[in-house]
Amino acid sequence: MNRSVNNKKAVRYNKWGLIFLIPFFVVYVIFQLIPLATTIYNSFFEHYRSGLSFVGPNFVGFGNYAKLLSDGDLGIYFKNTMIMWIMGFVPQIIVSLILGAWFSDPSLRLRFQQFFKTVIYLPNLIMAAAFAMLFFTLFSDGGPINNILMSLGWISQPFKFMSNTWSARTLVAFMNFLMWFGNTTILLLAGMLGIDTSLFEAAEVDGATATQIFFKITLPLLRPILVYVMVTSLIGGLQMFDVPQILTNGSGDPMRSTMTLIMFLNKHLFNRNYGMAGALSVLMFIITGVLSIIVFKFTASNEK
Amino acid sequence: MMKKVLSGIMVASMIMGMAAVPAMAEDAAAEGSVLNIQCWNEEFKTRLTDHYPGYEEVDATTGKIGDVTVKWTITPTDDNAYQNNLDTVLPENENADADSKVDLFLVEADYALKYVNSDVEVTVPIADLGITDEELANQYQYTKDVVTDGNGVLRGVSWQGCPGVLIYNREAAKEVFGDDAPETVQAKVADWDTFNATAAELKEAGYNIVSTVNDTYRVYSNNVSAPWVQDGKIVVDDNMKKWVDDSKALVDAGETTTAELWSDDWSKGFYPDGKVFCYFGPAWLINFSMAADTEGSIANLGGWGAVEGPQGFYWGGTWICAAKGTDNPTLVADIMRALTTNEEIMTDIVKADSDFVNNKPAMEAAAEDESFAFPILGGQNPLAMFCAGADKIDLSNMSNYDQGCNEEFQAAMKNYFEGNATYEEALDQFYKAVVEKYPELTY
Repeated sequence: MNRSVNNKKAVRYNKWGLIFLIPFFVVYVIFQLIPLATTIYNSFFEHYRSGLSFVGPNFVGFGNYAKLLSDGDLGIYFKNTMIMWIMGFVPQIIVSLILGAWFSDPSLRLRFQQFFKTVIYLPNLIMAAAFAMLFFTLFSDGGPINNILMSLGWISQPFKFMSNTWSARTLVAFMNFLMWFGNTTILLLAGMLGIDTSLFEAAEVDGATATQIFFKITLPLLRPILVYVMVTSLIGGLQMFDVPQILTNGSGDPMRSTMTLIMFLNKHLFNRNYGMAGALSVLMFIITGVLSIIVFKFTASNEK
Repeated sequence: MMKKVLSGIMVASMIMGMAAVPAMAEDAAAEGSVLNIQCWNEEFKTRLTDHYPGYEEVDATTGKIGDVTVKWTITPTDDNAYQNNLDTVLPENENADADSKVDLFLVEADYALKYVNSDVEVTVPIADLGITDEELANQYQYTKDVVTDGNGVLRGVSWQGCPGVLIYNREAAKEVFGDDAPETVQAKVADWDTFNATAAELKEAGYNIVSTVNDTYRVYSNNVSAPWVQDGKIVVDDNMKKWVDDSKALVDAGETTTAELWSDDWSKGFYPDGKVFCYFGPAWLINFSMAADTEGSIANLGGWGAVEGPQGFYWGGTWICAAKGTDNPTLVADIMRALTTNEEIMTDIVKADSDFVNNKPAMEAAAEDESFAFPILGGQNPLAMFCAGADKIDLSNMSNYDQGCNEEFQAAMKNYFEGNATYEEALDQFYKAVVEKYPELTY
């Protein structure tokens, strides 16, 4: 008697569990799965707006892919994206690890921890577009940075930050670093605080130095979080758009050396070129998938 | 992920909200009870409110003319949003329900042909509205050329003319040429070779001849010998190549910069410390954009002068088109007549808003009238120059693709001017960018 009542209850609970999942699946299907399928479908057609009328859709098979891959620009934009991501990510992970280790080390007795944790996260709260506008103004030819450098006598002519490949890339990378290192620090810190403190104590008793503790205990136990940070940052990096778009006014200048894959995709949206944009999106999807798997395998390889 | 979902929901709810608006409007009467107007800023609305007899403002996006409700849909031009909106609604306009039909929309010269000359007819010929050629006789020819389709049919009208002049810094002229009289200055900038020679002279005194290479762009691009696109092929005109060569020489000699128009680096020449000799622009630039209200600016001190410059050109202007499928043709025609042919109303516009209106006799009368002198130009009345300029503008070489080609050409050549690419590389990038925008073109 009792058992059957319990079973009924269990069944009822199961039902509620499924009902609660419905909103997620509905939203997922409408906003993710259907667009994904239509993107792949569209990528096989020639379909764009010319003036006020549409050309197509005409089925062209892999024509759009062939066009994208044959003119060779895709590789350049992929390289640009990866260069700017790495230039931002390397300092980001180093600074975040150091800050995380300091914040999580009770023996340092850091004061005002909450204050600093908030402050380093703040840049992430500013809209990327506003942040890029700010940098654009700061580093323009007649902007404050050039004025300061000139009044210090370090340079005699304004330095054109936006007209030099490496200074423009560095600005983009620096902005991404500033915006995201706080976020990464919080993630890594959470991972570090989750490590059993008795391990650190045991290591100290055994006479390990702080460096040894960091490399032999903290880092290995942090691996799952590190992998997560790497993969999410890589995907975010591949989708880099707003900062370079606003900073270079969509041109990706000088000579498209700061043009990222998504900025290139955006170029095809001007005339609603569904075919080319679709093909580019599918390629991005494949690149992102492959890179994520590589990062995942590489960082998780010697876990067992 | 969550962000994407949330923004998706927000966008969806906004769209639904917008779609709900026309449904709430009143029922249709004989000739459309709602006049829908598509535009990108408040300018035309202000003109209509101030000068159209019988227009009453109800709130920010609605007005009333008699029994007809006027509905304004204002879409900003940023990121091509205004044109994207027109592209969506206009081809379907005839089938839209009566109260949401677009009746009147505005276009700019850079893309006017796209709507006037399109495969899908989206504008009503002016003649079909009952407006005759005689009524439009006082308008400047170029304002008609902009909105005339391939078969010679006029499909829009404008109340403005925007011929431009060379606006020079009087102090600089006195310092370098010893005289700031327009005749002296015009002799120094009479054609491009003289202009470029003068640049070197100004450089010695520490002045840039123009703020940026983009200042002269329009002057060259309005005077090309053939359109950007011929038979589906992109062609760089000799005059555009000349702009590139002249500009490269100026930049290399340190006689100008590569800043963007409207940037802070561009507008610093509005002040004496900016050390810029001249700008190119129409009446609206002089009156509204040169920081005349700011203490210490050259405009505030009345320190500018105007001369015709090396070549005639125009900049800006707004054209009124009647949308195909409109259910208020009489009212649309009346608005066009009032604002673009009624000399009394147009003279009022000149007085109230400092527009250069599209009416030859009115402007020629104003050119003789000292009360129309510009304080910013130190009391000079430049209207005669504008009148002469407006007569000379020749727009027979426009194409449907001008906007994209002009934007991309300037952007690509910047790389050449700054030494980041050779001319050929920059040209390649220009072609590439144009084909991205218009995949149907070749080069």
